[in-house]
Amino acid sequence: MTDRITRDDVAHVADLARLTLADDELDAFTGQLAAVLDHAADLDALDLDDVPPTAHPLPLRNVLRPDVVGETSDRAEVLAAAPSVEAEQFRVPPVLGEAP
Amino acid sequence: MSEQAPEIVPGWETVIGLEVHAELATATKLFSGAPNRFGGEPNTNVDPVSLGLPGSLPVLNEQAVELAIRVGLALHCRVQPSVFARKNYFYPDMPKDFQISQYDLPINEEGWLELPDGRRVGIERAHLEEDTGKSTHVGGGGRIHEAGHSLVDYNRAGVPLIEIVGAPDLRSAEDARAYVSELRSILVSIGASDGKMEEGSMRVDCNVSVRPVGQAEFGTRCEIKNINSLRSLGRAIAYEARRQVDLVTSGERVEQQTRHWNEDEGRTHKLRSKEEAYDYRYFPEPDLVPVEPSDEWIGAVRDALPMLPRERRHRLAEVAGVDTSAAALTVERGMDDLAVDAIAAGADAARVLVHVENNLADGVGALDAAAFAALMAMEVGGDLTATQAKTVLAALVADGGDPAAVAASLGFEAMDSGELEAIVDGIIAENPDDWAAFTSGDEKERKKKSGFFVGQVMKATGGQADGRAVNEVLARRAAG
Amino acid sequence: MSPSAVEIAAAVRSGERSAREVLEEHLAAVDAREDEVHAFNLVLADEARAAADAVDAAVAAGTDPGPLAGVPVALKDNMCTRGVPTTCSSRILDGWRPPYDATVVERLTAAGAVAVGKTNLDEFAMGSSTENSAFGVTRNPLDPTKVPGGSSGGSAAAVAAGFVPLSLGSDTGGSIRQPAALCGVVGVKPTYGAVSRYGLVAFASSLDQIGPFSRTVADSALLLEAIGGHDPRDSTSIPDPAPDLTSVLDRGVEGMRIGIIEELSGDGLEGIAGDVRVRLGEAAAALEAAGATVETTSVPSTVYGLSAYYVIAPAEASSNLARYDGVRFGLRVDAPNAGDMNTATRTAGFGDEVKRRIMLGTYALSAGYYDAYYGKSQKVRTLIVRDFARAYEDFDLLLSPTAPTTAFPIGAKTADPMTMYLNDVCTIPSNLAGHPAMSVPFGLGDDGMPVGVQVLAPATGEATMFRAAAVLEAAAPAGHPLVGGALVGGAPTGGAS
Repeated sequence: MTDRITRDDVAHVADLARLTLADDELDAFTGQLAAVLDHAADLDALDLDDVPPTAHPLPLRNVLRPDVVGETSDRAEVLAAAPSVEAEQFRVPPVLGEAP
Repeated sequence: MSEQAPEIVPGWETVIGLEVHAELATATKLFSGAPNRFGGEPNTNVDPVSLGLPGSLPVLNEQAVELAIRVGLALHCRVQPSVFARKNYFYPDMPKDFQISQYDLPINEEGWLELPDGRRVGIERAHLEEDTGKSTHVGGGGRIHEAGHSLVDYNRAGVPLIEIVGAPDLRSAEDARAYVSELRSILVSIGASDGKMEEGSMRVDCNVSVRPVGQAEFGTRCEIKNINSLRSLGRAIAYEARRQVDLVTSGERVEQQTRHWNEDEGRTHKLRSKEEAYDYRYFPEPDLVPVEPSDEWIGAVRDALPMLPRERRHRLAEVAGVDTSAAALTVERGMDDLAVDAIAAGADAARVLVHVENNLADGVGALDAAAFAALMAMEVGGDLTATQAKTVLAALVADGGDPAAVAASLGFEAMDSGELEAIVDGIIAENPDDWAAFTSGDEKERKKKSGFFVGQVMKATGGQADGRAVNEVLARRAAG
Repeated sequence: MSPSAVEIAAAVRSGERSAREVLEEHLAAVDAREDEVHAFNLVLADEARAAADAVDAAVAAGTDPGPLAGVPVALKDNMCTRGVPTTCSSRILDGWRPPYDATVVERLTAAGAVAVGKTNLDEFAMGSSTENSAFGVTRNPLDPTKVPGGSSGGSAAAVAAGFVPLSLGSDTGGSIRQPAALCGVVGVKPTYGAVSRYGLVAFASSLDQIGPFSRTVADSALLLEAIGGHDPRDSTSIPDPAPDLTSVLDRGVEGMRIGIIEELSGDGLEGIAGDVRVRLGEAAAALEAAGATVETTSVPSTVYGLSAYYVIAPAEASSNLARYDGVRFGLRVDAPNAGDMNTATRTAGFGDEVKRRIMLGTYALSAGYYDAYYGKSQKVRTLIVRDFARAYEDFDLLLSPTAPTTAFPIGAKTADPMTMYLNDVCTIPSNLAGHPAMSVPFGLGDDGMPVGVQVLAPATGEATMFRAAAVLEAAAPAGHPLVGGALVGGAPTGGAS
């Protein structure tokens, strides 16, 4: 398999996952993730070229719902769970930039 | 497709490919029973699924699949087994912080769309995905970068979208607008979408590159986002093509970027470069199972498709003996059935198309094909002047009825030729100087005075004379 | 020993006992030992009393309250309960009250069960010891210095302690079966799709299944019948009614072919303790004595299950847990912009194990690594499915240990995540294949703590699996004397065993 995960990889991944790691956490996580990925390296022993992937344990197909309006949530109940609300909407700090 | 396209910058060809997102006209959202409804009080058309609440699960809307199949068939795509995937990115208006979309196995692939002039544009894919909520940026005049905070409404979150990815086959802003218009006509005609760009139910992202005329390789492309109207589309393409040509001709190179169209400033600006491209970490959506529409289902959808704009143009073009471009406006106005029927009832095809183009912009109202055909016969047969025919047509649109009766009630009697000749002779006699100019042999003067004499005759007859007949009398008198 | 669910439901339905009386006995048991065990994040005493009274009113009115009439049930705290905090033992969901009930919660209520509380778990069900909870560890009621297993440790401990006769857990890689083994109770992971996941807070969607804990095999059968069956709100729900299990329990294993999975049973795998192997051998002998043929068989790719699982489960989790962003519910840590707010919230709200798995999964899905990790793991999943299919051509059921060892001391494996992950080696293959499997207590290890034997079946093979489990239960050596606890302040019950 690939090389062990590096400290920079871990920092990049933390960024993608919206997590901040302190320096000592970065070191610890790098070692721990590397250990798991090293264990996963035992899969290299398998010949998987002609094996299709399995995404789903069940062979279900075409699970569909009729286009019929159902129950909607109670707005007050939903907004009561929100950390910050204004004008019946979810309030967030300013968003920097467009969606990627 | 490649024909001579108007060059935005001389010597340079613009290459355009469009990605169009259209909201599907379902009753409910793509993955839950919350209503798919435009507008409404914020956060009222929501349920646990459209809010992405923990524990909620998506269940696919059958009608959305059906509409997607319609789109695929209307665009001559291969409709195939498909899989949903998660596109992972953080954004406040994306409730789960991933979007359920289709990635490597879209429901529709490899089709084409025909423009009114007959050129075909490739369709790479047309796949299903869910819409996001809407953020309002508060403070800073609503501009995202200066806002004090943002408010999020999830009414739109989960609304079904079809994303139609066109091939880079377009070569001008006009092409691009024609493509979007045609696509909108198709979507509306098959009931897949209302196609309203102004309400955001149809949105266009645009890939633009430039290359010297004659060069085979494509240039580096930029993707332009935030185009909200056909007008913006044309402006954004023109701006972007010039920007790229300026870069290349000044010795710089075009960087692959995503750019934002600013309608107020009339320019694009950089959002991010390819190197900053986001890592979406697509993987198969484990909460949904594959969609494999049966041949029976696809066949039933195909059989139920209405006649599409392209077929309508070809039909009218054939019946009217014109090319498809000339038939386009009539089809676009949805008057091709009327035109075809009127022509079949004996109407002059050219007059029918002229009247549709010039005099029926506001709709056909109570006009039917038989009356239209009868009116055309009266006009062509000289019983009515063009002006009178137009007036009668308006009356038929407003109230219906028999064109002959309407013409009579308006006092439009065909004038006999002796009567007309007498009036013309009288006017010649009253205006000897003008007549002299008319007969001087100077072509310019003749044309000018022709207008004068026709005008005088019209005045004398209360507009009942036929301009063509007047000119014929004048010509006979001049010939002596 | 407190009464079983079957006994309680029969007594309440017949009017012999009141649901309220049953509930009070169990609440008293909770009062007596909960401070020590910490099985619950939340005890719903008032709500439970109201529910029990409603059951009694139904009985009084001549209405049948259902097959679980008056049975106290505990819910793992990752199942949504409308208006009742649902935390997943995470700070990030602290205080969140879902606006809806999970399907299993609706079905329990419809069956007449009385929900008494939400049980502790490893945060977001990620762990094998219930030590990764933001609200403190759960202790094994049979030996409070030991872990109860995990991640459904609270639900296992609640049954083992006699707080409830039934509880629900969720099993992604062994999170029902392993704690069941460590606490000396029965734990069942049904076929993927047999029980609706609607309202179960997702860890790894293609692996998660809800299932029962109980002291008896019959009680688990009763609970599974009540919660199983098709749910149109879960696209991965099997479109069939729940299978009939209670009526097949006494059919025995005569003529069944049962294979012991070589790779998971000691000789093929390091780390399976000697006492666990001995009990597995005895269990096999008991099945043979009951008329089954038992032999050792190879299911080669199961040894790769652990590696594939620790890529697939974190990958799905990294996406499932993105929504905890401080925008719509739960914790928010403020910051000058939305992106930083997401990061501050997630950094403060998630514990280390959750962060570790989110990062592992993010990495496994990221550009350049997808094929090497996620793609490859999905192919291994195919191999495991194929190997099981081959094995089930020759065998009706398979057998293995549930966990490599008996319950280990609190703190023994927290330093090294990989050591902890190895606990799941025997249970993971069933999740990857989507097959049912259950742990049945079968005597004690050298340390006097329970040993569990795992019975594995092909998809929708629950009925066969339960028949073998019933045989094992009947043949098992004496279990731990404290399993089921002792009811405090309650009258001895008729028919209680």
